[in-house]
Amino acid sequence: MSKDQALDDNRRQLLIATSVVGGAGVVAAAAPFVASLTPSERAKAAGAPAEADISKLAPGEMMTVEWRGQPVWILRRTEAMLATLEEVEPQLADPTSEKSVQPPYAKNRHRSIKPEYLVVIGICTHLGCSPTAKFAKGEASGIGKDWLGGYLCPCHGSLFDLAARVFKSQPAPTNLTVPPHQYLTDTKILIGEDKA
Amino acid sequence: MTTKSGLLQWIDERFPLTSTIREHLTEYYAPKNFNFWYYFGSLALLVLVIQIVTGIFLVMHYKPDASLNASGIPVAFASVEYIMREVPGGWFIRYMHSTGASAFFIVVYLHMFRGLLYGSYRKPRELVWIFGVLIFLALMAEAFMGYLLPWGQMSYWGAQVIINLFSAIPVIGPDLSTVIRGDFVISDATLNRFFSLHVIAVPLVLLLLVAAHIIALHEVGSNNPDGIEIKKKKDANGRPLDGIPFHPYYTVKDIVGVAGFLIVFFAVLFFVPEAGGYFLEYNNFIPANPMVTPPHIAPVWYFTPFYSILRAVTYPLFGIDAKFWGVVAMGAAVIIIAFLPWLDRAPVKSIRYKGPIYKTALTIFVISFLILGYLGVLPPTPGRTLVSQICAVLYFAFFLLMPWYSKIDPCKPEPERVTWK
Repeated sequence: MSKDQALDDNRRQLLIATSVVGGAGVVAAAAPFVASLTPSERAKAAGAPAEADISKLAPGEMMTVEWRGQPVWILRRTEAMLATLEEVEPQLADPTSEKSVQPPYAKNRHRSIKPEYLVVIGICTHLGCSPTAKFAKGEASGIGKDWLGGYLCPCHGSLFDLAARVFKSQPAPTNLTVPPHQYLTDTKILIGEDKA
Repeated sequence: MTTKSGLLQWIDERFPLTSTIREHLTEYYAPKNFNFWYYFGSLALLVLVIQIVTGIFLVMHYKPDASLNASGIPVAFASVEYIMREVPGGWFIRYMHSTGASAFFIVVYLHMFRGLLYGSYRKPRELVWIFGVLIFLALMAEAFMGYLLPWGQMSYWGAQVIINLFSAIPVIGPDLSTVIRGDFVISDATLNRFFSLHVIAVPLVLLLLVAAHIIALHEVGSNNPDGIEIKKKKDANGRPLDGIPFHPYYTVKDIVGVAGFLIVFFAVLFFVPEAGGYFLEYNNFIPANPMVTPPHIAPVWYFTPFYSILRAVTYPLFGIDAKFWGVVAMGAAVIIIAFLPWLDRAPVKSIRYKGPIYKTALTIFVISFLILGYLGVLPPTPGRTLVSQICAVLYFAFFLLMPWYSKIDPCKPEPERVTWK
């Protein structure tokens, strides 16, 4: 179109309308592609509860169960281990688990249903590494002579106590997460589902 | 024109073959004073070809499948071991690809350093530089996704940490990391999409960006160690007095570079393919285990300077987690490179004529970058974190203070013609 020709408003409007309709078509066609990136129905359904048999777990020992592709720890704490929980409280970032994630029945000092057994997701709340058990006390732990036992995240050095509560000034913002769980019998725990 | 054979004439009437060869090779005039540093552009192109060719052959045997086989080993991990042990020549192709990944970054880092030395990012080469930074970004994405594919312990936990970084972004973070993984944890879905992106999407983007990088370069012409424009002085035929045709002069020179590079490349491949755990980390020879994190995880060496910057941020700000600001700092450390053309206010381009301030700044920058890289492979301690914080500040200061120090830097006058022995 040369410059001296008058602008044809009808054609211009038709041009805009065509572009808008075409653009809307592209956006609509993109929707299923974006949707395909989100978790599939199978992935969503994979959260079936996991059963753990704790009959062979000795005091002071820990076992790991897989639930939703994540490690869930079951730690059977001794009386001595439980005694440390109160002692470390002044050094903890969230001793009463106000900011942390757990079912209401685990929002206590020992963060569990029964004080003896701790059930917790073994994934650091910082960037998702799995912390290492450091149950030895003092220098033997390699952490420090005042260490009373707990967990150390190998990736960025976050420290947790024996109730998986995070110490102050650590990269991890909150305590480890306690999954919903319930006791089917005295020696069987169902992880991923509770009575509530 | 009259000497053209019939076939060539027939093609040229339908496709600009002769004119393209002239424009980009036989009549593309490059400065005659290129030195050692100018090998790395063509070497980067060579490594790209190596990665594409070896990649094509690896895909013929590799299986992106996280499910466990009859022996309880993830299929993806087992298929890499199958390539290494049972496919004829498979070990050679795989080691070429894994050594090529590190070689790519070595060559590209040196290529970028050349730009810093001679001011190759300055006007009129801003777009050449920006395409280059985008290539670097695409390369980082390509390397990160490729590293998940062997499905070893470092593949798994490295991806776990990096994808979790995205969850630190306020509001959209948690959903974003789920969309990246395609699952609530790193799983088969993650492995398959990373395979797709690593093999198809990112290489396509990379090739397009490389084409744009070279087309933009050939539009404005190459810079040179003197940082002066050869197009300013032309002979009667309009050819730059200090330019020589790219072909045959530089194609032949680059063949020497290729030979030298391949000697080093194959020495590594045949004698130290894992490079002491730096090119292929030891933990990656253990199949991925979502239940146990290895005692020490670190990214591959080429990511460590940026990983150190990420870890150096330990303070929350505006009520948002420190890890979010760490991600921001890491992203900014890469993006800021793209702004160099506008940060440098020196009257000259090349370090040969820049003053002591820029030389000092560049030295401090390179040392900081190397220290950050070294600290990135080590587990953090309070002392190391402090050193990485200092180096991170120096890294950013090199860029952010450049508008001032480059202006007051006492520069020497540029020569009229390129200096050349």
